[in-house]
Amino acid sequence: MDLTSLLTQKKAAILDGWFDRIVASYPPDSAKMLKKNDRFSNPLGSTLFREIDRLFDELLTGGVHVDRVTLSLDSLMRIKAVQDFAPSEAIGFVFSLKEAIRSNLTAELQEDGLAKDLVVYESRIDELALISFDVYMKCREAIFQLKTDELKRQTHKLLERANRIGGTAQK
Amino acid sequence: MSKVPPAAELAKIDHQPPETPWMGTPVEFRPGTWCYSGKPKVVEELGLPNAREWSPADEDWKLPDGWQKIIYEGFKERLGKYRSLKIFMDICVRCGACADKCHFFLGTGDPKNMPVLRAELLRSVYRKDFTTAGKILGGFAGARELTVDVLKEWFYYFYQCTECRRCSVFCPYGIDTAEVTMMARELLHLVGVNINWILEPAANCSRTGNHLGLQPHTFRDCIDSLCEDIEEVTGLHIEVPLNKKGAEVLFLTPSADVFADPGIYTFMGYILLFEHIGLDYTMTTYASEGGNFGLFTNQETMKKLNAKMYAEAKRLGVKWILGGECGHMWRVIHQYMDTMNGPADFLEVPVSPITGTKFENAKSTKMVHITEFTADLIQHNKLKLDPHRNNHRTVTFHDSCNTSRAMGLFEEPRYILKNVVNNFHEMPETTIREQTFCCGSGTGLNTDEYMEMRMRGGFPRANAVKHVHEKHGVDLLSCICAIDRATLSTLMQYWVPMVDAAGVHELVGNALVMEGENERTTDLREEPLADVEGEDDAV
Ligand code: SF4
Ligand code: SF4
Repeated sequence: MDLTSLLTQKKAAILDGWFDRIVASYPPDSAKMLKKNDRFSNPLGSTLFREIDRLFDELLTGGVHVDRVTLSLDSLMRIKAVQDFAPSEAIGFVFSLKEAIRSNLTAELQEDGLAKDLVVYESRIDELALISFDVYMKCREAIFQLKTDELKRQTHKLLERANRIGGTAQK
Repeated sequence: MSKVPPAAELAKIDHQPPETPWMGTPVEFRPGTWCYSGKPKVVEELGLPNAREWSPADEDWKLPDGWQKIIYEGFKERLGKYRSLKIFMDICVRCGACADKCHFFLGTGDPKNMPVLRAELLRSVYRKDFTTAGKILGGFAGARELTVDVLKEWFYYFYQCTECRRCSVFCPYGIDTAEVTMMARELLHLVGVNINWILEPAANCSRTGNHLGLQPHTFRDCIDSLCEDIEEVTGLHIEVPLNKKGAEVLFLTPSADVFADPGIYTFMGYILLFEHIGLDYTMTTYASEGGNFGLFTNQETMKKLNAKMYAEAKRLGVKWILGGECGHMWRVIHQYMDTMNGPADFLEVPVSPITGTKFENAKSTKMVHITEFTADLIQHNKLKLDPHRNNHRTVTFHDSCNTSRAMGLFEEPRYILKNVVNNFHEMPETTIREQTFCCGSGTGLNTDEYMEMRMRGGFPRANAVKHVHEKHGVDLLSCICAIDRATLSTLMQYWVPMVDAAGVHELVGNALVMEGENERTTDLREEPLADVEGEDDAV
């Protein structure tokens, strides 16, 4: 069996492994709760479920379609960018897919000589990580923008008034 | 064939947190997760103790000598004064029903944000000092000493609770963690541990009458400027009466409605409504803040700020008070006003001068919520409305924690929306009404240095908005709270950028067909209406 078919066949187990590795970065009590897959009562866990599923499919389709993976990565990075993660930790979740794949295919990789094909997949995963970094930075910048915009809104009429008075004084 | 290295070696990322028990994990103060401390001048002005320069990020918080004793005495006093606190400390069976109901837990994944553990932060100290088992068994009975680290933890997590009460909806015993948080914050105040974003507005409201400390002439200027904006959109010249003695109704609203975007559009809606029905009303420049920042500080400050509104009503000689779209103003009126300052016997039981409806529900406080007032007008067919003017918007409604869980105001705003908007879609039922998710920035946490935490806390709300945005094209999140109008705008900008926030009366203002007005081509934000030309063609 070629690697793509194998990955497709084992998708559920690999995604489970990937998911578990990601939620392991949260304290154990929370990790349990995050596994409930309900979009509204567990937005964090369900976003993770949904987006890693999409990313995995994307990897299997044969390439990394930048626009599509950016959408998924944006949903994930937007969360990570406001949580207590260092940038390296925020992006680290991408690499844990490698671990999830290898630990699910240990036997097959040894026997069938698929290791070489795996390198192709792993470089796609590296590509994902690079895009994640860009997306992460964009989210961090957005947070600074939020602060400035909010301040302007908070004092909208007062700024208008100050400008008016300033304008009159200049004349 | 090359030998495949073991998986864990190839992609080893050690980001698993240490497995220390929750009681033993000290708090780390990272930027974006805590608010600045109260400025000494402000702390003094409010008559609170231990005014000093300090920062939560400092090692030394400059606590007063004997601070443990101060807290112990304060705790004892409150346990005696509030029976609910004693009950909440004693009866939790740790069933876990509340554990995954808090938006801060859902957005942070931090177990200490599970309401049961939040309350446990206080409870563990209570056990140590106030229960026999705790005194004898200590840690085995879940009791612990009040140390500086514990105090820091209190500060961190009790300012990560917006007192939204969502958890209490799910607790079989009705334990209200919001009230536990209120008590914890009061205890922290006793030793000078506080945040400026709450204290400065409270001091400003106390001194000048509104949270930015705007003086009467500036307040008037802002209102005049809004009247000019109304004239631009409608062609009508309207004046807002200020400090008018003998008016029938005193109108109070959060001051942000007068100067902050998007609250100002809601304000324009109120003014158009009052003009439309010819209401005899006045506003005041002396108690010009509906929001009560005392609610987040302590009982005394809350009582004083609430009393100011009623003192103004008395001075101006009005019959009753109409309150605008606000959250905590209404929590205070509905839950605490009567026992603190009520009954307001110098006022009359509110009667709508237009429909004759007597608001029996406001018999004691004499204060009517504007959505009750407007819904009654619509029901009696007293408003001329053209909902098409909101056709350029697809709307949903966010139940604010205070108006929903603290006063049960679910139907009135929806009834109004049904009459002024054609495109309306509810968010999923587990995220609205009594189960609504908080904006993540309530109880005075809506400050910019706290942005990361706010975005986490607001994530469950934003997630439900995103759903209706994707499914139905919702682009406007309406609500009836000033803090929400401000913070949901920011929340949306981060999580669902195509959605704006607005007050319900902004949409009323758009729909109201005013006598003598110009044909409207824009909404109150001066954005073009849908198919203005198309509609002309159809006529
Ligand atoms: S009151 Fe709200 S913010 Fe506080 S613990 Fe309960 S759910 Fe969380
Ligand atoms: S639901 Fe009530 S009784 Fe159960 S753990 Fe939470 S606070 Fe305690």
